[in-house]
Amino acid sequence: MPDPILQTRGLNSFYGDFQALYEVELDVGEGEVLAIIGANGAGKTTLMRSITGLLTNGPGQIHYRGQDISRLRADEVAELGLAMVPEGRQLFPSLSVKENLMIGAQVGRKGPWDLKAVYDLFPILEERKDQASTSLSGGQQQMVAIGRALMANPDLILFDEVSLGLAPIIIKDIYEALPGIIGEGMSAIIVEQDINKALSVSSRVYCLQEGRVSLERASDTVSREDISRAYFGIE
Amino acid sequence: MEWLNAIVQGTLLGGLYALFAAGLSLIFGVMRLVNIAHGDLIVLAAYLGLTVTTATGMHPMAALVIVVPTMALIGYALQRGLLNQTLGDDILPPLLVTFGLSVIIQNGLLEVYTADPQTLNAGALETASVAVGGVAIGILPLLTFAIAIAVIWGLQWTFYHTALGRAFRAVSDNQDIAQLMGLNRRHIFGLAMALALGVTAIAGILLGIRTSFDPSIGGGRLIFGFEAVIIGGLGNLWGTLVGGVILGVAQTIGAKIDPGWQLLAGHIAFLVILAVRPNGLFPRISG
Repeated sequence: MPDPILQTRGLNSFYGDFQALYEVELDVGEGEVLAIIGANGAGKTTLMRSITGLLTNGPGQIHYRGQDISRLRADEVAELGLAMVPEGRQLFPSLSVKENLMIGAQVGRKGPWDLKAVYDLFPILEERKDQASTSLSGGQQQMVAIGRALMANPDLILFDEVSLGLAPIIIKDIYEALPGIIGEGMSAIIVEQDINKALSVSSRVYCLQEGRVSLERASDTVSREDISRAYFGIE
Repeated sequence: MEWLNAIVQGTLLGGLYALFAAGLSLIFGVMRLVNIAHGDLIVLAAYLGLTVTTATGMHPMAALVIVVPTMALIGYALQRGLLNQTLGDDILPPLLVTFGLSVIIQNGLLEVYTADPQTLNAGALETASVAVGGVAIGILPLLTFAIAIAVIWGLQWTFYHTALGRAFRAVSDNQDIAQLMGLNRRHIFGLAMALALGVTAIAGILLGIRTSFDPSIGGGRLIFGFEAVIIGGLGNLWGTLVGGVILGVAQTIGAKIDPGWQLLAGHIAFLVILAVRPNGLFPRISG
């Protein structure tokens, strides 16, 4: 495997007294696309929140390019080149489409992604740029959320349930666009309930079950039985 | 003609109330913080103006050059050092802390400046007026109203046409996601409070030129500011100006009927509007 861009070591995450992740060990290689699957409540979104700094972690549990980022605030993590497309899109309702995209560039990182590049990728957004983000369809909102993350020119991009609540045809469009997005040397973590979609775009897959890693395998060799076992804990 | 006069004077007075309210509205809009010490911060700004004018001999309006940045700095420090720690899901801590701050500011001012009423001496500006169609319009109230419009226009422009304004709106919408975009909400909140207290400084100086002030009058200014914000509708700055004008006109008309009714008439107008339109006249349309 290439040098890891992101490593978690013994990651434990909590919501107050409730422990959501137990000793999670995860590596993302430079330029690698990783899929994370798991049932509802398995800890996928918690893992995303821990990595991005929205949850406070114990020291030494998350390393990004060799630097310990476990204790950094989310805005500091973002400046290092880690962006997220959050679950449920979570656009800013007070901001227009264009402003939502521009806020993504707030971290001030240089790179190939700017407004023009995002509009080239999703031309519909240029037509709608001055509309309120809430006036868009779900699929278009997802494009804004993806564009917003790209505007930060991240080295590692996290997709949290991008297909949730979208029509299958839209999901297909988005997954067809993904290789073009990630292709530019970016690493990615894709959190997904749709296992086939997750396997089709990733090189390796992790499965979470009740806050623990229950499977880690190459996406093209993993079997249906392996996944069922890891997913549901059925022996 | 006397009634017209009352309406004109009330409208212009509304400009001052809108300035009281603008900072309050901005802070609530960005961070859902209700600042009970807002009135006392206005009075603090007036006293800072007094110190600057007596120490340097500057005109009070020129003293804005010093008082506005000073208040902005105080605002940033206050937010980063104290108020950020009170913000969270619970709305009570910021209320309690700013209430305590109000008491501290009042007593601090009492210690430093005593309870004697003071005014800012603005020379000819205080009494100059122009006659328009039989109504004498004071230059100071006119200037105050013009400044109020300029300030609200400026805030509105900042909110909708600058990166800072975009950051304010984003943090107000969703703090976590804004943080993911590289915006440190504590810093953004500090900037919002700095901006709000910069406006407060202008309000304080204009208040000090218009009337005498002493350390105890902050509470009354807070009420006027609150009423203007609520009448206009939360989160709408132009609505706040309209709220200030309605309050001002109600007060001057009340005073016209009977001098003792000035404050009461303002409060009654506020209560009536609250009863008829609980969200204010122009509530922000939320997405």
